Amino acid sequence: MTALLTTAAGPGASLVQTVDWLAIAPATLPAVVAVVVLIADLFLDRRGKPVLGWISIAGLAASLALLLPLRSGDRSTFCLADAPTACSYTADQFTLVIQFLVLAGALLTALLSVTGAREGSLPAGEFWFLLLSSAAGAALLPASRDLATLIVALEVASLPAFALVGLRRGDRLSSEAALKFFLSSVTATAVSLLGVSFVYAATGTLHLTQVADRLEEVPAQLDTLAMAGVALTLIGFAFKTAAVPFHFWVPDTYVGAPLPIAGYLSVVGKAVGFTGLILVTVIAFPSYSDIWGPALAVLAALTMTIGNAAALRQAPDRAHSAVRLLAWSSVGQAGYLLVPIAAAAYSERDAIGSTVAYALMYAVVNLGAFAVAALVARTAPANRISDYRGLYARRPLTALALAFFLLCLAGLPPGIIGLFAKVVVFQSAVDAGLGWLAVVMAVNVVVALYYYLQWTAVLFRAPKAAEEAAAATTAPAATATVTPTAAPARIPVPISVAIAVTGVVAVVLSGAPEAVLRYAATSLFPQ
Amino acid sequence: MIDISPSVMQFLLAFIVAGPLLGALAALLPPPPGLKGRSPEQAVLRHGVTVTGAVLAAAVALTLGFDHDTPARFQATTDISWIQALNVRIHLGVDGISLPLLLMTALLFFLCALYSYFKLPAGPSPKAFVSLLLVLESGTLATFAVLDLLLFFLAFEMVLIPMYFLIARWGGDQRQAAAWRFILFTLLGSVVMLLGLLLIGINSGTFDMVALATDNGRELTYTTQLVAAAAIGLGLAVKTPMWPLHSWLPDAHTAAPTVGSVLLAGVLLKMGTYGFVRILLPVTPDGMQTLAPYLAAFAAVGIVYGSLACLALTRKGAKGDLKRLIAYSSVGHMGFVLLGIATMTPTGVNGALFANIAHGLITGLLFFMVGALKDRWGTSDLDTLAGATGAALYGRAPRMGALLAFAAVASLGLPGLAGFWGEMLALFGAFEPAEGLSRPAFLTFMAIGAFGTLLTAAYLLIVVRRVCMGDPHARPDAAPAVLADVHGYEFAAWTPLVALTVLAGLWPAILLGLTDPAVQKLLAGGNA
Repeated sequence: MTALLTTAAGPGASLVQTVDWLAIAPATLPAVVAVVVLIADLFLDRRGKPVLGWISIAGLAASLALLLPLRSGDRSTFCLADAPTACSYTADQFTLVIQFLVLAGALLTALLSVTGAREGSLPAGEFWFLLLSSAAGAALLPASRDLATLIVALEVASLPAFALVGLRRGDRLSSEAALKFFLSSVTATAVSLLGVSFVYAATGTLHLTQVADRLEEVPAQLDTLAMAGVALTLIGFAFKTAAVPFHFWVPDTYVGAPLPIAGYLSVVGKAVGFTGLILVTVIAFPSYSDIWGPALAVLAALTMTIGNAAALRQAPDRAHSAVRLLAWSSVGQAGYLLVPIAAAAYSERDAIGSTVAYALMYAVVNLGAFAVAALVARTAPANRISDYRGLYARRPLTALALAFFLLCLAGLPPGIIGLFAKVVVFQSAVDAGLGWLAVVMAVNVVVALYYYLQWTAVLFRAPKAAEEAAAATTAPAATATVTPTAAPARIPVPISVAIAVTGVVAVVLSGAPEAVLRYAATSLFPQ
Repeated sequence: MIDISPSVMQFLLAFIVAGPLLGALAALLPPPPGLKGRSPEQAVLRHGVTVTGAVLAAAVALTLGFDHDTPARFQATTDISWIQALNVRIHLGVDGISLPLLLMTALLFFLCALYSYFKLPAGPSPKAFVSLLLVLESGTLATFAVLDLLLFFLAFEMVLIPMYFLIARWGGDQRQAAAWRFILFTLLGSVVMLLGLLLIGINSGTFDMVALATDNGRELTYTTQLVAAAAIGLGLAVKTPMWPLHSWLPDAHTAAPTVGSVLLAGVLLKMGTYGFVRILLPVTPDGMQTLAPYLAAFAAVGIVYGSLACLALTRKGAKGDLKRLIAYSSVGHMGFVLLGIATMTPTGVNGALFANIAHGLITGLLFFMVGALKDRWGTSDLDTLAGATGAALYGRAPRMGALLAFAAVASLGLPGLAGFWGEMLALFGAFEPAEGLSRPAFLTFMAIGAFGTLLTAAYLLIVVRRVCMGDPHARPDAAPAVLADVHGYEFAAWTPLVALTVLAGLWPAILLGLTDPAVQKLLAGGNA
C-alpha cells in the first residue's frame, strides 16, 4: 500500500518523505474529483451538466468510504526524516471523526444543491468544483500537524467558500455577502499568519508537537513574541468558528448565500474553525493554557450569550427570518462548542472529545434544519418563520422532522441526543472547575429554548388560510375546514433524501446516544 | 400474592413503560384488516382503549406478582447500560412507593381512554388524540418506574409535549395561551431541575437512584446537597404545584378537555411529589433538612390560599368556573402532600403518599363530573349552572347529584373515605416533625393546615348546595330542557374511582402496608 519515493541520495540523510497514499486519500480524492468535474464541465453541453452533480456526490461518498480502512487510526505520513515522530499529516481517531463529519456534511450539502444546480440557479461546473475544493481543504485540516499545512488547509477550505457565497447569479445581496465574508476572513487569516510567523520565530519549528515542546523553554527575551504569536494565531480560527466578536459576518452571509451553502458554512465551516482551534490549543500551545484557557472561556460565554440574544430578537415575519434565526442560533451553538476547548486548558486535553461529540450532533440536526429550510424556500422564497405556519398540515413528515431537529438543537426531549450532547459539554465545564461557565451555558440553553420552541409551535398551528376560513364560517363548522387548500408541490428527491437521512440519523442517535457520546469519554489523540 | 417468575415480572414492567409508546406509533398507522371497525375514528379510539387496557392488565398482574412481604425491595428490576459516557443506565423497578402510583396511573389512563371512546372532545383527528394520550401514558408510567436520575428527567419531560397538544388542540377557550403558559412554566422548572440532577450525578459519579439512596447523600457535601435540593425542588414544585408557583395550573385546567384535566390533576401533579419522595428525601437529606421548613411554610400557605381562592369562586356573582375551582382545590390538596413530605418523618411521608393516591382518585372523579356537567350545560360557570336557586341535580338527575356530593365529601376529607387518611397523617407528621426540624414552626403549620381543612369543607359544601340542591322546577335560562342522568359509559368510567375511594378509606392498610416499609428504608438510607 505504501508507496515509497526513493531517490539516489545517501541513506539516512534523505530529505524526501514517504507518502502513505491511503492515509491521505480521504482528503485527496475530493480535490481530484474537483479537477475532473471542472474539466468535464468544458466538454458537457447544458443537458449533460446534471451528471457533474452526481459525479461529485459519488466522489464524496467514495471519500467517506475511504475512511473505513483507516479506522484503526494509527497512520501518519509526511514525517520528518530526522524526527519520525514529527509528522505533517496524521490520521488518528480525531482526524477520522472530523473528516467523517466534514465529508458527510459536504455530501449532504451536495444532495441539497443538486436540484438548484439542475434548475440553473447555480452555475453547475464552477459550483461543484468550488464545493469539492472546499471539502478537500476541510478534510485536510484535521489531519494537519504543522502550522503551515494548517494555514494552507484553512485557506483551501475558505477561499472557495467566498466564491460559493457569491455564486447566486444577479443577486446583489449574494455578492455583497461574499464581499463581507471575504474581507473579514482575509483579515483574520492575515492576523493568523502573523501569529504563526511569531511562533516560528520563537521556536524555530512548525510541527505542532515540536512547537509544544519548544514553547516550554522559550528564551526570556522571546517570551512576549511567543505569547503574541499564540494569541494572534488563535484569532484566525476563532473567526472561522464565528465566535464573538468575529461573528458579525454570519447573518448577512447566510442570508446572501444559497441555502445549502449556508448550511455548509454553519456546519463544515464551523468544523474547520474549531478543529483548527483544538489543534493549535491542545496540541501546539498546551504550555500557554493559562492564556488561551480563560480567553476561550470568556469567548465561549460571550458567543453563546450574544448569539442567543440576537436569535431571540428575530421577528418572525421579517424577510429571511428563518435563515437569520438559524444563523444566530449557530453562533450560539458555536459558544457551546468552545466550552470543552476552554475546559481542556484547566483539566486534560481529552475534554475536547465533548466538542467532537457535540459537533457531530450539531452537524446532523443543523443540516437537517437547513434541508427543511431549503425545501420551504422553494415555495416561499422570503423564508420567513411565519411561512412555516401550518407546515404540519401541508407536509406532516417534513414538519415533524424539522420539529425534531429544533428540539435537538434546543436539547429538549424527545431530542434526546441534543440533550445529552449538552450534558457532556456541561460536564466538561464542571469537571474543569468552570462553574460560572456552566451556569452561563445553562441560562443560555433556557433562553434558546424559547425561540426554538416558538418556531416549533408555529409548525403545528393551523395554516393562516384555514384559520381565516374558519373564522368566516360559523363556529361548529370550524373543525372541518383544516384541510389544505392546494396539494403541495412535489418534493425533489435529493432534498427529501437529505431530510430523511438526517432525520433518521437524529432519531437513531436519540435512541443510542452512545454512538456519538463515546467520543466524549475516550482519548482521540494517540498518547 | 401470586408467584410470578422474575423474568415475567421484568417483562411486565418493561411492557408497562414501552407498551403505550409502541401503541402510540401503531395508532398513527392505518388499522390492519379485520380491525377496521365501523370507521377509522372508531378503530383508533378502540385501539386506545385496547392498549391502555392491556397496560392496566399488566399493571394489575405486576401488583399481584409483587412480593408484598418485602415492599421496600425494588422488584421487577431491569438494569441495562445505555450511555456509558455518562454512566446512564436503563434501570427500571418498582417498590411499595411507586407501585400504587403506577397502578393508579394505568387505571386513570384506561378510564380516560374509555371515556373518550364514547365522548371524544371536539378537535382535530382522533388519531392524533389517541397517539398523544398514549405517549403521555408512557411518560408518566416511566416517571414512576425508572431508577436513574437522567431517565427520570427524560420521562418527566416526555409528558410536556403531548399535554401541550392536548390542551392547545382539544381544549376550550383561551387554550393557546394556557397551553403555552403550561409548557413555559414546567420547562423553566425542569431545566433548573436538570441542573440539580447533573450536580448530584457529576459530584457523586452515578445517576443511579438506588445507589444514591443507599448512600443517603454521604458522598455529597452539604453545599452541594443544599444547591441540588433547591434546584430539583424548584423544578418539582412547579409541577406539583406549590404556591406561589401554581399560577399555570388553573388556566391549564380550565382550558384542557375533560380527559386532559383528569390526567393533569390525577397523574401529572403526582410526578412532582413523587420526585420529592424518591429523589430529594433519600439523596439530599441534609439539604432537604434545611429547606424543609420553607417547603412546609409554602405548603401551609398553599392550603389556605387554595381554599380561599375556591371560596371566592363559589360566591354568587363571582363568575366562578367549576374547573378552575377544582384546580385551586388541587393546590390546597397538594399543599397537604408537600407538608407531609416536609416533616421528613415516616408518618408524614406515608400520609403524603396516601394523599397523593387519594387526590388522584377523587380529583379525577371530580373533573370527570364537572366535564359531564359542562357537556350537558355547555358551560362550567357556577353562576350560570346554579341560576337563582341552584342547579337542582338531586331533583333533576339524582344519580349525578349523588355522585357529585360523594366526590365533594370525599375531597373534603370525610373519615371513612380516601381523602381523610392522607391529610390526617400529614398533619400528624407535622405534630412531631423529624429531629432537627423546628417543632414550634411545624406546630404552626399544622394549625394552619387544620384550619385549611375547615375552609375546604366550607367551599365544597357550598358547591354541593349550589349545584346539587335547588328548586328542580325553577329552571334557569341556561339549563338544558332535558337533563340526562349518568350515562352507561360514565358509570363505567366513574365506578372504579368511587369503589377505590371507599376501599382506601375503609381499609387504609392496603396502601400503607405497601408504602410504610419502603418509606422507612428511604428515610434511613442504607441503614435499614
